[in-house]
Amino acid sequence: MQSTAHAFKDNARHALADGNLQQSLAMLKVGFSERRRQAVERLPEFEALRDRARDIKDHALANLDFYLEAFEARVTALGGQVHWAPDAADARRIILDICRRAGAKTVTKSKSMIAEEVALNEHLEANGIEPVETDLGEYIIQLRHEPPSHIIAPAVHLTKDQVADTFFEHHRKLGFNRRLTERNDLVAEARQVLRRRFQEADVGITGANFLIAETGSSVLVTNEGNADLTNTLPRVHVVIASIEKVIPTLEDAATLLRVLARSATGQEWSSYTTFNTGPRRADDPDGPVEYHVVLLDNGRSNVLGTEMQAMLRCIRCGACMNHCPVYGAIGGHAYGWVYPGPIGAVLTPQLVGVEEAGNLPNASTFCGRCESVCPVRIPLPGLMRHWREREFERRLTPAAVRQGLALWAFLARRPWLYRLATGLANRMLALLGRGEGRYRWLPLAGAWTRYRDFPAPQPGGTFHAQWRARGGARQ
Amino acid sequence: MTARAQMLDAIRRASKRGPLAGEARTALEDRLRQHRTNIVPERTAGSQEDRIRQFERWATFNQASVACISAKEVPAAVTDYLAANNLPARAVMAPDSALDRYDWTSRGMLELRRGLPQDADRVAITGALAGVAETGTLVFVSGPEHPTSLNLLPETHIVILRERDVVGPLEDVFARLRARYGEGAMPRTVNTVTGPSRTGDIEQQLELGAHGPRRMHILLVGD
Repeated sequence: MQSTAHAFKDNARHALADGNLQQSLAMLKVGFSERRRQAVERLPEFEALRDRARDIKDHALANLDFYLEAFEARVTALGGQVHWAPDAADARRIILDICRRAGAKTVTKSKSMIAEEVALNEHLEANGIEPVETDLGEYIIQLRHEPPSHIIAPAVHLTKDQVADTFFEHHRKLGFNRRLTERNDLVAEARQVLRRRFQEADVGITGANFLIAETGSSVLVTNEGNADLTNTLPRVHVVIASIEKVIPTLEDAATLLRVLARSATGQEWSSYTTFNTGPRRADDPDGPVEYHVVLLDNGRSNVLGTEMQAMLRCIRCGACMNHCPVYGAIGGHAYGWVYPGPIGAVLTPQLVGVEEAGNLPNASTFCGRCESVCPVRIPLPGLMRHWREREFERRLTPAAVRQGLALWAFLARRPWLYRLATGLANRMLALLGRGEGRYRWLPLAGAWTRYRDFPAPQPGGTFHAQWRARGGARQ
Repeated sequence: MTARAQMLDAIRRASKRGPLAGEARTALEDRLRQHRTNIVPERTAGSQEDRIRQFERWATFNQASVACISAKEVPAAVTDYLAANNLPARAVMAPDSALDRYDWTSRGMLELRRGLPQDADRVAITGALAGVAETGTLVFVSGPEHPTSLNLLPETHIVILRERDVVGPLEDVFARLRARYGEGAMPRTVNTVTGPSRTGDIEQQLELGAHGPRRMHILLVGD
């Protein structure tokens, strides 16, 4: 997928002015996060499970080569094939080859962020193979030629009416002549259309939530059952997964799954959690006869052993974006690449470069909610701060910001001058605020005051002054 | 250099070491072999009777329906359920010998076919390897006695689960799988299914029957 992360500021401005998007985002704020809170309340062990989940992923990352080889050995012993893809182009080529050998005309796909990352659909289409997305949200955005706006709810930016229009436009040629208005009718119509596509597909492509070294299994989590139809009905099943998905044992999967479903949708367990291990056995009545796993690196091994390694613990639950005030204001498309929200602000500079995506880690209030809900305790604000530092070092930060920081650093190193300046500024601001308690406009802060008021200083002087007045300095 | 060697090499370089050998390697092999249990939620700690009630509670919480009956009542429970939901007295049933213990001939009206589902099949009847009390989840394993597509294609899924197959946490399922298939081995597919298929992809509102069954009815059979 082509990144537009460099245009983040414009993207965000458009998002703020998009009425449909704002309507959809308003629902997000009460939906996922409230359900997660309830699910966490129902499980007293949740915090201990988060610690364990973090440790399992850290252990796997420290021994990634061993576990990948163990995984490969199991898959191969069962007659499956493991393919190694150092970058996106390799993954595209490998999958196209598999599809061609299978004589595939259409492939069904179950939502995969990795497939988005390597732009698999575009590549298959360009080579005469039709990819059909089967997750309802992903199907909707495929019809609309849009990228996903959320990693687990790709069409969360759309309203029911927009979905109704899209179906009416695209399903008419299939004989569905009525514009639907009810949600359940829309779901039923998509079910009917996609059922045929499931049955005619030659290859099924899925991602994987986890790969299990002990058994050679790939684990798939959905609520719709679309991944299961994708991996059961076609003759060939291809799993595309990045290298950091491998974990040691089934027991480790149990721990991670316990935090995944609750963090993602607030469910106790997703409706379908499936362990696929190799191709159809000799006496199996159904299932694919070929089973392929494509392991993708695409820049991830560069992160191993660095201070940024924690980003590879991510299990793609979406909790960080569900709880992010910035994501909640602008939605996922503004981030301009595959992964939005706080995890996107950390992954995107790594995978497409800080020159392209330097805006993303700056689009944070550093409120820390993302870290406080992350099931594998990724220090997201800390990692964003890391990117800001890299950006500053490489002089990619805008001149005004650099000058502002230089001025602040000059003052901060001279405590007497700092106190004088903040004292003066405080009195000036108090004078300007004059009773209203807030400003609708401030010099040098127009970008802030255009969208919201700035609070006026409360009586009592600067923090330093109050601290001294209360005797804080003596302790 | 092959892509495989290139990737493994990159991982080892980043990890500042060569391939694992000696004690370090043995420790990891042991970890895989021992597959130690991590943290198991307290909620499944009770008696078998508690677990059965807990299974029922969570399955219902996840929009499945549950009927607790005896083995004798199974065929009647199936026909009653079909009639109550305005479904024809016709179903495709898993070719699972464990389902032969029920006296299907006692319901002459019920038309049963064993094998793979076809387009016209609206109801599937299957057994289950286990029911997980922790979350109200059913476990289905692929094999000649249980085609996976039976769990997915028909709109209504009736599952016959024996009370003795209700287990506590998910880890109990792994123990059953290892006992049946061997250490480190799995059937092609293990489906863990909790309630009917669902989606929240339109305005985050729950709708049942996205791609898999719209209804899941569990007959919990006393021993």
